[in-house]
Amino acid sequence: MERRDLLKMIAAATGFAFVGGEVWANGLTTAVTKTAKAVTGQQGIFSAADVLLLDEIAETILPKTTTAGAKDAACGAQMAVQISDCYSATEQGWFIAGLVQLQQRSQQDYKLDFMKLSNEQRHQLLVKLDTEAKTHNAQVAATEQAAPSGESTPHYFTLFKQLTLFVFFTSKVGATEVLRYSAIPGKYDGNLPYKKGDRAWAT
Amino acid sequence: MAIAQNHYDAIVVGSGISGGWAAKELTEKGLKVLLLERGRNIEHVKDYTNAFKEAWDYPHRDRPTVERKQEYPVLKRDYPLNESTFGMWANEKENPYVEKKRFDWFRGYHMGGRSLLWGRQSYRLNEADFEANAKDGVAVDWPIRYADIAPWYDYVERFAGISGNRDGLDVLPDGQYLPAIDLNVVEKDVAARIQKAFGGSRHLIIGRTANITLPKPEQGRVNCQYRSKCWLGCPFGAYFSTQSATLPAAVKTGNLTVRPYSIVTQVLYDKDTKRARGVEVLDSETNQTVEFTSKIIFLNASSFNSTWILMNSATDVWEGGLGSSSNALGRNVMDHHLNVGAFGEVDGYLDSYYSGRRPTGFYVPRFRNWGGDKRDYLRGFGYQGAASRQNWRRDIAELSIGADFKAALTEPGNWTIGMGGFGEMLPNHDNRIYLDRTVKDKWGLPVLAMDVELKENEIRMRKDMMNDAIEFFEAAGVKNVKGYNGEYGPGMGIHEMGTARMGRDPKTSVLNANNQVWDAPNVFVTDGACMTSASCVNPSLTYMALTARAAHFAVEALKKGEL
Repeated sequence: MERRDLLKMIAAATGFAFVGGEVWANGLTTAVTKTAKAVTGQQGIFSAADVLLLDEIAETILPKTTTAGAKDAACGAQMAVQISDCYSATEQGWFIAGLVQLQQRSQQDYKLDFMKLSNEQRHQLLVKLDTEAKTHNAQVAATEQAAPSGESTPHYFTLFKQLTLFVFFTSKVGATEVLRYSAIPGKYDGNLPYKKGDRAWAT
Repeated sequence: MAIAQNHYDAIVVGSGISGGWAAKELTEKGLKVLLLERGRNIEHVKDYTNAFKEAWDYPHRDRPTVERKQEYPVLKRDYPLNESTFGMWANEKENPYVEKKRFDWFRGYHMGGRSLLWGRQSYRLNEADFEANAKDGVAVDWPIRYADIAPWYDYVERFAGISGNRDGLDVLPDGQYLPAIDLNVVEKDVAARIQKAFGGSRHLIIGRTANITLPKPEQGRVNCQYRSKCWLGCPFGAYFSTQSATLPAAVKTGNLTVRPYSIVTQVLYDKDTKRARGVEVLDSETNQTVEFTSKIIFLNASSFNSTWILMNSATDVWEGGLGSSSNALGRNVMDHHLNVGAFGEVDGYLDSYYSGRRPTGFYVPRFRNWGGDKRDYLRGFGYQGAASRQNWRRDIAELSIGADFKAALTEPGNWTIGMGGFGEMLPNHDNRIYLDRTVKDKWGLPVLAMDVELKENEIRMRKDMMNDAIEFFEAAGVKNVKGYNGEYGPGMGIHEMGTARMGRDPKTSVLNANNQVWDAPNVFVTDGACMTSASCVNPSLTYMALTARAAHFAVEALKKGEL
C-alpha cells in the first residue's frame, strides 16, 4: 500500500488529520493569535518548565504501568521539538492556547496548577477534557459535513493526545519495549497465530 | 587530444531506471559508454546513509519541518517530503518550473534517479494496450505490438528480479517471476470471495514487485529482508535499482565512464549528416560547458527532462527543437490518476496477525472495458491495496486515557482493508509542457511550463474507481466501507509519460518503432517520454523492456553501418 493511502486512512480514523502533518487541510485559520513568542526557553519555543508540563500531560495520557510510560520516553521534550519545528504558527497558537486553557481549567476545578495536582486529579481532569474533545470534534465534523467552512479547529486536548501518541509510539522505548519491533524481519508470514495480549508491531 | 577524451561510442543521458538499462546493455555489447547524471553520485550501500535508521533516530521522527515545507512547496503536497528521504528529491529552489495548471513534479536528481525511490510494482502492458489507440481512434497507434516487446519483458524480468505469481490473466500477461510474496490471511479470503462474487471476472492477486525473493549471488544481491525501507536504499540490494543491478553490470564490462554533476543542455545536431554528433554538458559544479561526442545517444533523463533537452536542441533548424517537426514534442502528457478508492473493516480473524513488512500489497487488475464490459468512458484502472490490523494510530472511542487506553493500544486492533486506483489517462494534444524562457533555473537555463489537466474521460472514470472499490469490498463482506475521491494533481502518480511519443508517422510522432528520433536516427529516447498510451499499469518495467530492445537495435544497426 502506498503511503498516501495510509495517511488518508489515518485521517479518516482519527476524525482530525494529524496536526503538523502534511495531510492537514490547507488554509485553516483561527482567531487564536500567536502567543508562542510569549514563552521562550529551552526546547524550541518552550521553556524547561513547559517541557515538564508536557511530560506530565503525556504521562497522564500514557502512564507507566508494567511497561514504560511517556516520561520514560522523554515525550515532553520531543513534543516541544515537534511543535516548535513542524507546526505552523497557527497550529502552534492552538497548542499554546490549549496549555493556557488547561491551566485555567485546573485552577477552576481544583484551585491548583496542573503541576500541583495529584496523579488521580490529573487523570480525572484529562478524562473530562477527552470527553469534551470528542463531543467538540463530533460537532465540528457534523458542521463541516453540512457546510464546509474550512475554518474549524480541533479541541486542544485532541492536539495533546495525538501528539503524545505519536512521539511515544515512535520513540525507541515505545516501539521496542511497549510495542514489538523487528529491525530485520528476514521473512514475511501472512498468517501469524495471535493470542490476546500479544503486543502489536510498532510498524 | 581533448577530442579523443571526449569521444565515446554511446552517450546515455540520465542514470535512472531506463538510463541504467541503456548503460548496461550498450556496454555489455562492447560499446564505450559515457553515462551522464545531472546530480551527485550515490554509491551503492555506502551512501545509503539512512538505511539502518529508525523513526526515533530522526530529529522530527521523519516529519517535515515548517522550513522544509517552505523550501519544497511541491513535494509537500504529497507523502515524499519527510526526513528519511530528504536529499533524494530535486531541490525546488534551484530547479523551478512553471505551473500554468497545478502539476506535481517529483524529481530525483542524483545517480540512480527515481530507481532508488520507485514503488517497484512491475506489470506488463497487455496486447490490447498496444492496440487501444488504433481501436478507439485516440491519438496515434503504437508502432509496435505486444509480440514485439514480449521477449524483452522476459529478458528484463529475469535480470531485474520480479517476484509474483503467474496468474493466467489476459489483462495482465504473466512473466518470468521469482516466488511470490504472500497475501495475508484476510487478503486470501477476500480474493476467494471476489472470485465467487464476480464469477471469475475480477481478481485480487499479490503485487508483482521488483524485490527479489531468492538471492541473486551473480549480482551480489540478497533477497528481501521485509524491512519495508526500500526508499532509503537497500543495503541488501534486494530491490531493483540502477545501483543494485544495472550499474554494477555496466561497470563490470570496463566500458563505462560515469560523469555526475553533468546537466545536458542540448543534443548537438549536425545539419549535413542529419545526425546528432554529441551533447553539450553544463557542469553543475564548475558552470563550465563541455562537449562530448558519440555515435549514438540515448536520452533517459526522465520523460520531461528528455523532452526539455530535445526542445533545446537544433533550434536553428526547428524553432521548437529536435523532434518538434511532429508537433507532438511536449504534447500528450500522461500520468496515472489516483487518490480514489475505498477502505473498510473486516470482522474476525482476531487469532491471526502477520510478521515482516512486505514491500508490496495486493493488486486488482483492470476489469472495466474488458471482456464484455462497456462503460461510458474509454480504458480502465487497477487497484493497489492491503489488509492489515490497526495499530496505535487508531481511535478507541470507548476508551479515554490512562493505563487501560495504553494497554489497548499496545495490542493490534481489528482488521481493515483499503485500496486505491491507478487510472489510465488518455493522450491529449492539449495536455502539454513547453519551454518558458522567462523563468530560469539556478544555472540560467529556461524551465518547463506545465499545462495539464484531467479531461472528461478521466473524470468519468474516477466515479467508477470509487464506486467499484466500494462494491468490490462490500461483495467480499467488508464492513463499514467508505469510498473516497480525493484531490489529484497531474504528476502525483509520478508516472509522467508521452511527451516524445513513438508512432508510425514522423508527422505525428517524435520516435519510430525503435525509439529513434525521426529527425535524428542516432538519438534514442526510451524513458517514459516514448509512451504512446499509458495503460493503467505501473510503467517502469515497460521502459526497461523498450530500452533493452532499442539498445539491441542500435548496436545491430551500428554494426551494419546504418547509424
